[in-house]
Amino acid sequence: MTDRIVRAFAIVATCALLGACASSGTVVLLPEKDGRSTAVSVKQGDKEVVLSEPYAVANATATGPRTYQSSSQEVEAKFGSALAAQPSRAASFTLYFVEGKDEFTEESKQVVDRILSEIARRPVPDVLVVGHTDAVGTDAFNDALGQQRAETVRAALIRLGVPANDVRAISRGKRELAVPTPDGVAEPRNRRVEIVVR
Amino acid sequence: MSIRWACCSLLSLSLGLSVSAAAADIGLIKTSKGQVTIEREGGTLPGTVGTRLQMSDIVKTGANSSVGITMDDDSLLSAGPNSVLSLDRYAFDPTTRNGRFDASLNKGTLAVISGRIAKQAPDSMTVRTPTAILGVRGTEFVVSVND
Repeated sequence: MTDRIVRAFAIVATCALLGACASSGTVVLLPEKDGRSTAVSVKQGDKEVVLSEPYAVANATATGPRTYQSSSQEVEAKFGSALAAQPSRAASFTLYFVEGKDEFTEESKQVVDRILSEIARRPVPDVLVVGHTDAVGTDAFNDALGQQRAETVRAALIRLGVPANDVRAISRGKRELAVPTPDGVAEPRNRRVEIVVR
Repeated sequence: MSIRWACCSLLSLSLGLSVSAAAADIGLIKTSKGQVTIEREGGTLPGTVGTRLQMSDIVKTGANSSVGITMDDDSLLSAGPNSVLSLDRYAFDPTTRNGRFDASLNKGTLAVISGRIAKQAPDSMTVRTPTAILGVRGTEFVVSVND
């Protein structure tokens, strides 16, 4: 008990002498867009708190993080400028191929127009073309196949006028199946290319 | 003698190339208002829209200024006025989505929407302040450091 008081006093005294603890920090957890659960842990020395409710706050103090509840108004007042500077979130589109061909389905041709207008809308567009495969074959095989699909779409976007430097092709292989299947199952809806416009 | 000199300059040229190739782009400035600068390898660059960022860059904003950044893993970081944000450590494999992202806010205000790195593995993204370490298990939060 006395030990704890002495230690708390020592921390306060150190802060006063060095001014080292003068910069206090605040963390506020914000709600998720779709209401999913979320959390941030805040660790100060050997003390840790976990914020898991929207607008929960942790304030750094000499004796460790102290929590309380804030509001959207308080957050706007203090962080309005940082929040206003937030870039637009990534927009994602999916293109499907006619089976066995390097050609988009009719529906996907319409999606291409939407992708181009999304790219045109952004100040410094940065486009990621992500190739996906179904679960037939090894990771190495599908990584290469996904890359090949992504490169095909990247070339198509460049032909449509998107600057080559702004488009990158990558592969996720069979790691992110749109329609979950056991390994080795052929599924056309998993053979797709996702376009992420940032 | 001159052959040796040529060899040396070739060697330094190839070293220089490999250094610049290793300093890969990890993020892009998407919004920039007022006075925004980047400290990189002892120099200072203007932080205008379209500037590509590298690991260890320190992004600073002046009074009435702000900056918004998209990282390669879709994380969004934006800082308000009088802020100092350091991109300490960043690694991201877009195929496996494994990675590591450590940033520090030394001063000012920061809004964060975490991306693929934090989604793939909890606590693979941290934000440090002079007093605390934040482990990112969710997506959206704000941080401030008072003078």
